[in-house]
Amino acid sequence: MSGVLYSLVALGFVLIFKASGVFNFAQGAMVLLAGLALVRSLDLLVTRGFPLWAAIILGIGFAAVIMAIAAWLIERFVIGPLVNQDGLTLFMSTIGVTFILEGAAQMIFGSDAYPLRLFPTDAWFLFENVFPGGILVNKLDVWGGFIAGILVAGLAIFFERTKTGRALRAVADDHLAAQSVGIPIGWIWFVVWLAAGLVALVAATVWGTKLGVQFSITFLALKALPVLIIGGLTSIPGAIVGGLIVGAGEKIAEVFLGSYIGGGIEYWFAYVLALAVLLVRPQGLFGERIIERI
Amino acid sequence: MLYREAGQFKTTYAEDMAIFPIRQDRIALAILLGIAFIGVPLLADFDIWPFGSDYLLRAILLPFLILALAAIGVNILVGYCGQISLGSGAFMAIGAYSAYKLGTGVHIPLAWFDFAISIPPLPVLLAILLGGLTAAVAGILFGVPSLRIKGLYLAVATLAAQFFFDWVFLRVAWFTNYAPSGSVNAPTLDFFGLHVGTPIERYLLCLIFVTVFAVLAKNLVRGNLGRQWMAIRDMDIAAELIGIRPLYAKLTAFAVSSFIIGVAGALWAFVYLGSWEPLAFSIDRSLQLLFMVIIGGLGSIMGAFVGAAFILILPILLNRIPSELGVPLSTETITHLEFIIFGSLICYLLIKEPHGFARLISLGKEKLRLWPFPY
Amino acid sequence: MRAPDTSEILLQVEGVSLAFGGVRALRDVSFDIRRGEIRAIIGPNGAGKTSMLNVINGFYHPNHGAITFKGRTRAQMQPYEASRGGIARTFQNVALFKGMSALDNIMAGRTLKMRRGLLWQMLRYGPALAEEIEHRHRVEEIIDFLEIEAIRKVPVARLPYGLQKRVELGRALAMEPDLLLLDEPMAGMNLEEKEDMSRFIIDVNNYYGTTIALIEHDMAVVMDLSHRVAVLDHGVKIADGTPDEVKKNQAVIDAYLGVAH
Repeated sequence: MSGVLYSLVALGFVLIFKASGVFNFAQGAMVLLAGLALVRSLDLLVTRGFPLWAAIILGIGFAAVIMAIAAWLIERFVIGPLVNQDGLTLFMSTIGVTFILEGAAQMIFGSDAYPLRLFPTDAWFLFENVFPGGILVNKLDVWGGFIAGILVAGLAIFFERTKTGRALRAVADDHLAAQSVGIPIGWIWFVVWLAAGLVALVAATVWGTKLGVQFSITFLALKALPVLIIGGLTSIPGAIVGGLIVGAGEKIAEVFLGSYIGGGIEYWFAYVLALAVLLVRPQGLFGERIIERI
Repeated sequence: MLYREAGQFKTTYAEDMAIFPIRQDRIALAILLGIAFIGVPLLADFDIWPFGSDYLLRAILLPFLILALAAIGVNILVGYCGQISLGSGAFMAIGAYSAYKLGTGVHIPLAWFDFAISIPPLPVLLAILLGGLTAAVAGILFGVPSLRIKGLYLAVATLAAQFFFDWVFLRVAWFTNYAPSGSVNAPTLDFFGLHVGTPIERYLLCLIFVTVFAVLAKNLVRGNLGRQWMAIRDMDIAAELIGIRPLYAKLTAFAVSSFIIGVAGALWAFVYLGSWEPLAFSIDRSLQLLFMVIIGGLGSIMGAFVGAAFILILPILLNRIPSELGVPLSTETITHLEFIIFGSLICYLLIKEPHGFARLISLGKEKLRLWPFPY
Repeated sequence: MRAPDTSEILLQVEGVSLAFGGVRALRDVSFDIRRGEIRAIIGPNGAGKTSMLNVINGFYHPNHGAITFKGRTRAQMQPYEASRGGIARTFQNVALFKGMSALDNIMAGRTLKMRRGLLWQMLRYGPALAEEIEHRHRVEEIIDFLEIEAIRKVPVARLPYGLQKRVELGRALAMEPDLLLLDEPMAGMNLEEKEDMSRFIIDVNNYYGTTIALIEHDMAVVMDLSHRVAVLDHGVKIADGTPDEVKKNQAVIDAYLGVAH
């Protein structure tokens, strides 16, 4: 069930889109950056003789600081100056950010594949006595689901209950109006990008454990785009459901269709599914209807 | 020579509507074309620097011309019509593989009907143009969603094209004539009995293609259709209310753009690579083309050339300059540095000059017209 | 002003209602526009004036009612069909093509009149070039008429607001419409610009004989310019007639001054 993993990345996208209307192509690159920062600092600390638990705490702290710096730089130098531009320009600028992050992350932290072991990856066999073989449940997926649940709950509380969360929704609605009532828009956007960075860090811990931290993570993270389209751009539950649909759908398609038209359907299934959803229901399963005015 | 238009009076609208209304511009263009069509072949023929080896022709000018052609195609869709595409690589691939199939003969067995469709190998020129046409048809199909969805959503739709066709050409052996390695070789390049083989011949072939298509594209974008595209880009609702049909405007943009990209793909495969794998047309290619358009200038035919030149030259400079200075960088570092520089440049240009280097050049010309006075 | 001679009805709106969710923007509105007249639609903010224009040119589809234009009745149509039928329009917030020059904006208004296909345009030779030049002539006439010769090659985004409004009027005129809808053509203008714009509107009506329906807030302008005035309030038509009649109408006075219900 890689669906949970897609959901984790998609959450970061939704967060930024909701708060700033930016369709953030760089979310995958942020996962890579967070993962590399974490795994490299972890390796270094362990070889220096730190106990594992301390190394993990310090490593995660270090990666979080890196994400904060990245968020600040992005807000200060890219998104801030582009305020009031149309969505397309902002989207293209995040493609630029993607390249900067990918280049910088690999230049600083190295560009090999680094194994990460934070969560157990073996499996439980459930109901073995009920029917032969039982049901195979990967512990990592359970962990992933658990973490995704905590994140969603945390984000929901953050959005609904805190002062910053309210300011954030105000900015998303109309940033000029928000600015005029004294909401510091630069600060809010920094918080949003930081939150997206931390979500990326969480995604990186799970993904890194499954696949190792390496460049190809960014391609897998790209699949969060169709996940979003299916779930609806502005919906946090949509990101979760969309991720599960894509994760399950591509496995099922591989099994049932793969034998007829050749393997490797996973490569494009999510995108074509998203295309189909777009044609039927452009706002996605959970998205808000877009109303145009002149 | 002063850059002045004083004394050049236009007495007809036709003169006022010329591509280069100012005489000095026309002279400069004539010189440039002269160098490209006559100077370069002569220099290469006599092995004069920098054409002593094939390197400049083969590794720089050839890819420059073909990628500039593809970038013109991308610019029509993204820069003029405002429909973002992350799937240009796929349309290059469609052009390349359909040209390949048509150039080597098509055989479709229809077992159920006990019947087969066979087309004998077509001449290369026809194959390349039909390859472009196939890409245009595919472009129209993938453009249909653009009637309902906009901007970012469309980006995902074009990503679907990219990944789907990546897979098709990798996995469906029919397209590669069942080559076991998945890599295919271009048919021999014969044009009306002329064999195109040496680097200089290949260069001239591409130069002719690029020149012809650049002129045709320029004509389109400054005509009625171009105005319709830009109107859709700038404000689609208002465009509809003055009688522009979004269906027609968007689909023609997709068709023309994909056609040019498809032809560029066929040239890239046949003339530049010679033998290739689907990897040559991956999403990296799509992003590279998009970068060329942003850097060169959205909505500018000349920008496509500037952007292509920049994207090709920067890695070479990164390779050369540090080693000349005595601090050679590893190839890995150079790649990463390239990423960072391209990324920064994209952000910088989007913030400071969304119309790219092409706008900077025209601003420079404005200044030059008034020089030495500021205004 | 003198009313036009003909009494031929160009556009007839019958019993049009329009609702967005629970908001009823228009309720059973009927009125007509005669060929050759200047017809004003006025009303307080939120009265449904812009919605009325949007219904006329097909951007909104009414829930009830029908529109008869040049003898053809239809409940709804697409915006480009309206433009094809000869309805042109300007917008409350200028809706020009920002990346194009003033000339190109107005040329774009000629789209419907240009016939040459993609292949001819690609060659830009012979008939295609002749067509382009012919339409350029027509557009230059409009540019002369609106006195914007000096800015024809300037990207419209760089123009001041008043000139943008003029270019937008030019784009609508380039369509050679039978019915021209003007949505607050003078909003945000100073006195001089208003005078210029009023002159252009009267001239368009006089020289080209174009029928004009306009929405405007400035009462003095409306009363001077228009032949007949329809008044909307909360989506309902409360008065219709010559400027003098409307001025004296008690319902109109109440709507504008506000009365306790």
